[in-house]
Amino acid sequence: MHIVVCIKQVPDSAQIRVHPVTNTIMRQGVPAIVNPYDLFALEEALRLKDRFGGRVTVLCMGPPQAEDSLRKCVSFGADDAILVTDRAFAGADTLATSYALASAIRQIGREQAVDLVFTGKQTVDGDTAQVGPGIAKRLGLQLLTYVSRIVELDMDAKKIVIERRAEGGVQVLRTAVPCLITMLENTNELRFASMPSMINAARVPIRRWNKDDAGIEDIEKIGLKGSPTVVSKVFGPTPRTEKAEMLAVEESSLRDVSLNLIQRLFTRHPGLEQQLLERSDA
Amino acid sequence: MKEKFDAIVVGAGPAGNAAAYTLAKAGLSVLQIERGEYPGSKNVQGAILYSDALEKMIPDFREDAPLERHVIEQRQWVLSKDSYVGAHYRSDAFNHEPYNRYTIIRAQFDKWFSSKVREAGALVICETTVDHLIMDGEQVVGVQCDREHGDVYADVVILADGVNSVLARKAGFHGEIEAANVALAVKEILFMPEETIQERFNIGEEEGVVIEMIGSITDGMMGTGFLYTNKESLTIGVGCMLSDFKTSPNRTSPYAMLEQMKRHPSIAPLIAGGEMKEYCAHLIPEGGYRAVPKVAGNGWMIAGDSGGFVNAVHREGSNLAMTTGRVAAETYIEARAAGKPMTEATLRAYPEKLKNSFVMKDLHKYRDMPQIFHHNKQFFTTYPDLVNDAARTMLTVDGVDKKTKEKAVMSSFRKARGLPGMFGDAFKFWRAVR
Amino acid sequence: MNQATVKRPAGRGGRNLELPEHLKRYKGVWVFIEHDRGHVHQVSWELMGAARQLADTLGAEVAGVLMGGPDEPLETFAQEAFGYGADLCYVTRAPVLAGYRNEPFTRGLTELVNTYQPEIMLLGATTMGRDLAGSVATTLQTGLTADCTELNIDPTSRALAATRPTFGGSLLCTIMTLAYRPQMATVRPRVMPMPKKDATRSGRIIEGTLDLAESEIVTKLLDFIPDASSNKINLAYADIIVSGGKGMKKPENFELIWNLARVLGAEVGATRPVVQAGWVEAERQVGQTGKTVRPKLYIAAGISGAIQHRVGMEGADAIVAINSDPNAPIFDFAHYGIVGNAMTVLPALTEAFRAHLAARSAGGVVAA
Ligand SMILES: Cc1cc2nc3c(=O)[nH]c(=O)nc-3n(C[C@H](O)[C@H](O)[C@H](O)COP(=O)(O)OP(=O)(O)OC[C@H]3O[C@@H](n4cnc5c(N)ncnc54)[C@H](O)[C@@H]3O)c2cc1C
Ligand SMILES: Cc1cc2nc3c(=O)[nH]c(=O)nc-3n(C[C@H](O)[C@H](O)[C@H](O)COP(=O)(O)OP(=O)(O)OC[C@H]3O[C@@H](n4cnc5c(N)ncnc54)[C@H](O)[C@@H]3O)c2cc1C
Ligand SMILES: Nc1ncnc2c1ncn2[C@@H]1O[C@H](COP(=O)(O)O)[C@@H](O)[C@H]1O
Repeated sequence: MHIVVCIKQVPDSAQIRVHPVTNTIMRQGVPAIVNPYDLFALEEALRLKDRFGGRVTVLCMGPPQAEDSLRKCVSFGADDAILVTDRAFAGADTLATSYALASAIRQIGREQAVDLVFTGKQTVDGDTAQVGPGIAKRLGLQLLTYVSRIVELDMDAKKIVIERRAEGGVQVLRTAVPCLITMLENTNELRFASMPSMINAARVPIRRWNKDDAGIEDIEKIGLKGSPTVVSKVFGPTPRTEKAEMLAVEESSLRDVSLNLIQRLFTRHPGLEQQLLERSDA
Repeated sequence: MKEKFDAIVVGAGPAGNAAAYTLAKAGLSVLQIERGEYPGSKNVQGAILYSDALEKMIPDFREDAPLERHVIEQRQWVLSKDSYVGAHYRSDAFNHEPYNRYTIIRAQFDKWFSSKVREAGALVICETTVDHLIMDGEQVVGVQCDREHGDVYADVVILADGVNSVLARKAGFHGEIEAANVALAVKEILFMPEETIQERFNIGEEEGVVIEMIGSITDGMMGTGFLYTNKESLTIGVGCMLSDFKTSPNRTSPYAMLEQMKRHPSIAPLIAGGEMKEYCAHLIPEGGYRAVPKVAGNGWMIAGDSGGFVNAVHREGSNLAMTTGRVAAETYIEARAAGKPMTEATLRAYPEKLKNSFVMKDLHKYRDMPQIFHHNKQFFTTYPDLVNDAARTMLTVDGVDKKTKEKAVMSSFRKARGLPGMFGDAFKFWRAVR
Repeated sequence: MNQATVKRPAGRGGRNLELPEHLKRYKGVWVFIEHDRGHVHQVSWELMGAARQLADTLGAEVAGVLMGGPDEPLETFAQEAFGYGADLCYVTRAPVLAGYRNEPFTRGLTELVNTYQPEIMLLGATTMGRDLAGSVATTLQTGLTADCTELNIDPTSRALAATRPTFGGSLLCTIMTLAYRPQMATVRPRVMPMPKKDATRSGRIIEGTLDLAESEIVTKLLDFIPDASSNKINLAYADIIVSGGKGMKKPENFELIWNLARVLGAEVGATRPVVQAGWVEAERQVGQTGKTVRPKLYIAAGISGAIQHRVGMEGADAIVAINSDPNAPIFDFAHYGIVGNAMTVLPALTEAFRAHLAARSAGGVVAA
């Protein structure tokens, strides 16, 4: 079995700061990590490999330093890592990204046929959840988003049964392999890499593909050119001009503070009080 | 499967990186192990980089290293509660390339240095802690890490694991570090727009200022404060001997001390509006010459803070770390080329080399400094106040003649320390720095 | 916004930002109406309100898109849609459209777009909407902007200016699709206000079907297991929410949150660290990776106010923050702030609310 997992290197958004004056992102010093959601996809792929044997290839489109993220995936047990990197990809939105990744997966498939493609649910920087569906459509694969569990995989019959998170419940779906799965978070726990795998990961050559290696057929469809969306403005959230009304607390006056708050609250929002009263009447 | 390398380097700070870089450049197989998420992740501070030590390994480092500003001005301040007396040295000579000192942000710098180490061919592994050294009799033969199948072997292990090296202690290479030999420093990075920094510190683009401070800010303890200008942030911090914090009558915490320092009327306007980006506390070995332990043995060497190589007087650490790391690596390379076994007798060449370098010469020069300052807190309390009072007296124009003022100043000094005390202090100071 | 800011990326990328002639025919604002087991997802009506405003600016019509199986009450839904502002509804019925599946819905919606050519299409950023929007946009080769928080029409280009948070909410960006049609966007539930319903409004229904046999569809829906818990937890649509953060210190202390919530008939919310520590269910997480909420009252206890949490709750009418740290960022956007220990403030507040409500409703009865 051959599984491709798409991973993205993202800035650790927990550590991102916005320049208070210019309102630009201060990337300087912000560490780059593997998109946390993608690790659930990777782990699920590795579990399938443990059960069925085969190979896991990790694929990433990004700048040269994204190699670190791929190495990390290798340390967990991925067999092969490909970094698709080319200036021509710069400025890609989700449509252009999915085109590039789909081309690369097709190319990977020429070396060894691909049975499953995994992506994360979404990224923490782009945060769109659009790239997975985009790849599936371009490759003509069945799309399974928000998958919480793989119930059954029959590689002989080429059938897979999964559970998928839907609004208000879980859908149980059966489809044909190959297909594309976007994995839901917190569905599995990532393994801990052993020392030999760490050493192997530090050593392994990461394959770098430019746009030709990745089999891009139409360069009009990648990078900024292939991106229908145009970012026209980036700005910081408008700070609220009105500051919070502060109520001071010393232990003794807790009751007064509470009463004070309730009074101010209900004076400003009489409807709220009304609603509460109606509810307690009912 | 038993992995064996020529050398294992523990730690990816300046010392470890220098060692791994030098070894890998010599074509040896090197495994470097760092417990942080990435090199520098545990080192969020801004700091001063001294070019020389790095230049010896990477002559063209200026091309791509993340440098903040080159330092063109050094200010030494002696503070009282509400004032300071200072000496500033600024020179245009510092404004000619190649620059001698830079401010850097360690997290970025360490990451960069590590990328050079990898390019040189070393294997770098992060998020992995070395728990033990593996011994074969008296000989260190490898390390044991906190991962499954965590044993790895090497001809030599270089410990560059920073201050308070747990490994060296576990292995019995040196004892528990003494509170009197280590300073606890706290630092903050305050974000500030580039133009504001340049205006406030009277500097141009890429130019930087360093302010070193002693006096009231340390609340009677032995220590110093500092303020550096980065590209678009300031590094501000204060450090005091750990033993002083422990016995401080006011139970001052390092953090409270830094907060108080930030409110000092001479400092507050410089940092006003700065938004705190990062905060960290870290130990600095300041025992100096006398606290340097045995740094080489059978199959092992110690470099950087782990060996106590810090010149506290001049706040030099990373350069000593890089130099000791490099020299340790060179010692191994030479011994190996000569076909010698990695015994203590062979590796003793490492401390010998250090003795002849600026590292041990400088530490030797200030060997008495720690003790003297320790037992003479007047250098951090009485004198700063006296000097500031004197300056205020002399500079206040109020109809009193200058002669009378001079007398008053002298008498205040005498009253505070007594003549013999003052002579004694002067002598101690001279002895410490001569 | 001026032309220059719009054009700048064009200079860099050398791409064409002019709308080609054949795409200028695309007219109207569409809302994909999501429904499941007899109910329309409220986000669709929220979108209808936004669509109405966009269409009025453009001088265009609003259309609802309803797709479903033969037995589903799509006409009833259409009538509701008219009440919320739709001028017409496209109703597509086919056996393969009973229960959501990506393939038939993507086919159906794509065909509809190609036939009737809308200028703008909006979908809810739900598990269904995101699944479908991504597939349809790729098939149509057009731009899709996810999780928008604001939708406007750019006066110069007449394009949809869709604003969304990036980098975990620390920044906002406005995104436009200039040279492609339709312009697509998803919006999370509760981000847009619910429009007023006008039951007297009516509209046209355009019926259609999908020529796709079950045998052609690869993916089969074997079962649907409704959630027991999420039927009960309706955080997104709660009017009052009492939320706790890491500052509650211990799972036991969370009981104080529950107590206040009971007195107010409120839902309980939480920050991510609290959910990760397992103190409450994941469905209770408010924020960027949790739910967006828009209650009338949001009480936050022991919550620092990190941006990822803030983006999920700042739409609340009234925010009360209890935090022991006077510099906590939450006080920058709360309406009322109490600096104090949540462990003592919460019980006092609970008691005060209880007493106040009891007194008032007693008074109310006397007055009546
Ligand atoms: C507040 C402060 C200000 C300073 N200012 C300056 C200055 O301006 N200029 C200057 O030159 N010096 C300065 N110094 C000193 C300087 O930072 C140090 O001397 C220097 O960092 C020492 O380098 P090192 O490589 O020995 O140790 P470190 O930089 O501490 O690196 C040790 C590394 O080893 C890793 N490690 C530790 N244990 C293990 C283990 N068991 N397994 C794996 N990895 C491990 C750690 O994670 C760490 O990354 C300052 C120090 C402080 C605290
Ligand atoms: C990609 C990404 C997505 C995220 N998504 C979300 C999300 O959807 N939702 C979310 O909530 N977070 C999210 N986060 C996490 C977010 O960044 C913050 O870490 C989190 O919101 C902080 O939660 P907290 O306020 O509970 O904890 P803390 O930040 O630890 O704050 C605790 C607060 O309690 C106060 N406190 C302590 N003791 C007391 C006391 N006795 N009485 C009163 N106050 C006290 C403290 O002053 C402090 O302000 C996300 C992070 C990332 C990186
Ligand atoms: N540049 C990229 N390289 C590899 N995979 C990506 C890339 N961008 C997105 N993905 C995958 O697509 C998923 C959804 O991303 P997004 O649409 O950006 O939220 C991610 O979790 C990744 O698995």
